[in-house]
Amino acid sequence: MSLLNIRNLSVRFGPAMPVVDGLDLSVEQGEVLAIVGESGSGKSVTMMALMGLIDAPGIVQADCLQFDGTDMLRLKGRQRRHIVGKDLAMVFQDPMTALNPSYTVGFQIEEVLQQHLGLKGKAARARALELLERVEIPGAASRLDAYPHQLSGGMSQRVAIAMAIAAEPKLLIADEPTTALDVTIQAQIMELLLDLQRDQGMALVLITHDLAVVAETAQRVCVMYAGQAVELGHVPALFDAPSHPYTEALLKAIPEHSAGASRLATLPGIVPGRYDRPLGCLLSPRCPYVQERCHQQRPALEPHDRGAARCFFPLEVA
Amino acid sequence: MLSFIARRLGLLIPTFFGVTLLTFALIRLIPGDPVEVMMGERRVDPEMHAQAMERLGLNKPLYQQYFDYIGQLASGNLGESLRSRESVWNEFLTLFPATVELALAALLFAGTLGLIAGVVAALKRGTPLDHGVMSIALTGYSMPIFWWGLLLIMFFSVGLGWTPVSGRIDLLYDIPPVTGFMLIDTLLSDEPGAFVDALRHLILPAIVLGTIPLAVIARMTRSAMLEVLREDYIRTARAKGLSPTRVVFVHGLRNALIPVLTVFGLQVGTLLAGAVLTETIFSWPGIGKWLIEAIGARDYPVVQNGILLIACLVILVNFTVDILYGLANPRIRHQK
Repeated sequence: MSLLNIRNLSVRFGPAMPVVDGLDLSVEQGEVLAIVGESGSGKSVTMMALMGLIDAPGIVQADCLQFDGTDMLRLKGRQRRHIVGKDLAMVFQDPMTALNPSYTVGFQIEEVLQQHLGLKGKAARARALELLERVEIPGAASRLDAYPHQLSGGMSQRVAIAMAIAAEPKLLIADEPTTALDVTIQAQIMELLLDLQRDQGMALVLITHDLAVVAETAQRVCVMYAGQAVELGHVPALFDAPSHPYTEALLKAIPEHSAGASRLATLPGIVPGRYDRPLGCLLSPRCPYVQERCHQQRPALEPHDRGAARCFFPLEVA
Repeated sequence: MLSFIARRLGLLIPTFFGVTLLTFALIRLIPGDPVEVMMGERRVDPEMHAQAMERLGLNKPLYQQYFDYIGQLASGNLGESLRSRESVWNEFLTLFPATVELALAALLFAGTLGLIAGVVAALKRGTPLDHGVMSIALTGYSMPIFWWGLLLIMFFSVGLGWTPVSGRIDLLYDIPPVTGFMLIDTLLSDEPGAFVDALRHLILPAIVLGTIPLAVIARMTRSAMLEVLREDYIRTARAKGLSPTRVVFVHGLRNALIPVLTVFGLQVGTLLAGAVLTETIFSWPGIGKWLIEAIGARDYPVVQNGILLIACLVILVNFTVDILYGLANPRIRHQK
């Protein structure tokens, strides 16, 4: 059984079109899954819904939102809080604002240890120190009493990671964990996350727009567009031969792939907003291969031999 | 932290001189002089008037009077009341605890209720509860103190007879002043029932005086709380699986308190200003009532130095708040 099994997840805010629209996704034990897509494609919202972080007026609906054998949607708040932060943890995008400015690093890590493992006092502090060392913070002992504003962005992200792995989660969600960091630090943080993932055998869901990172780290990819999964696939295969025109466009837009060309390849148009969704395929106004049928009907996510694609005319292997 | 304190202290000096100049000038702008007031309705004999003015040093040019005043202050002398011949400092010390007791009670009332109301309104944002709490706060803020005081007296004291109309304690009790705080003194005395009586005297004035600070604190807490609850670190706290109570109070309120604390400090000024009215309404023997009477009698030394003392107090409280602010907010504490 999959560690995470999402069937037909919708998240909507108000009566407009859903932000996440009928999403199916599964994550296996110990695997690295990347979710890629433009800003506003619903990547983060999907994971926030899983964590129970969507507040009213947001509405989360799903046929199944199963994590580790438990349907997260059926849980009461207290039961969910036994899982969230313990078996299911999340690291956020901007480390400089993700830590509470009024409390020391040690306090914020120990809080998780106390909440989920019942560790207190010296035991909690010792474990917090171990965690800081585990995330390779230099001078870890002296950082326990530091406040977030005394840390650099990279170090803050390490602290946030230490907090997330404190209770040894089975699934760690990293929501663009390197977007807000310097390029040199980005690689270190990614390396740390992968190292931890292998070390602890946890599954990692990596939300990103950086396809290069995906190519290097993930085993499987879910490409999202306008709240829908448009393509699922395994890593080398998907990069070599995308089936969905949107995935192909994303790959073409990587600057390295345009080497020699005078202009960077782009996909014209913008992601449809909440009020101007096309009747047919959501990509139809922008798709270079669009046909009549694409404007009339909405395609479903159809499995094929290398994965799955939401397209009436999936691209052939070249 | 030390340089932070030193910088704050440096700012106090110009403030201090500003206050002396202002009180000195303002009291002399009021028509009439102390001698006229003392002579009352009787026709003033110009010669006697001139003699009295000379004795008080009020015939000198204004700048001379001001320098004399500053010189007197520099030697640590606050002068004596023109009416009672008591030293201003002694009178202040005798009456001050009554005002402090009232102000503290008001602040306690305003702080507790204001924080609770603000947090509740923020958590129930947009609901009838939120609108209700904020409307009441706005009403409280707009309520003129003297009218609100009289209204409460009419209702609770005269109508229902729950609380006494005025004063600090019933005349039946003879409480020796030890600390000057009636609640403490009544506990120290062996008079049975005196403490409860003092408490009953305190309740209405404290509510009246605390109403405006209550409204300000409630509104400030609400907006600070709403802002904080949107922060990323609140999402992080929730993602850790912490209980909503812990998220709101440990992670939210702690950060929301920083702006509220500043407001607290600023409200001390409002409290002392409000105390003047409240004490007059409830015949509360404190600094406010003392100053009002001194202004009526053109008792220059009492007015000048009484206000100066209060100004120093407000400055001191704000200074303390600045320091507390540094303690509450590590980002300020570590500023170079």
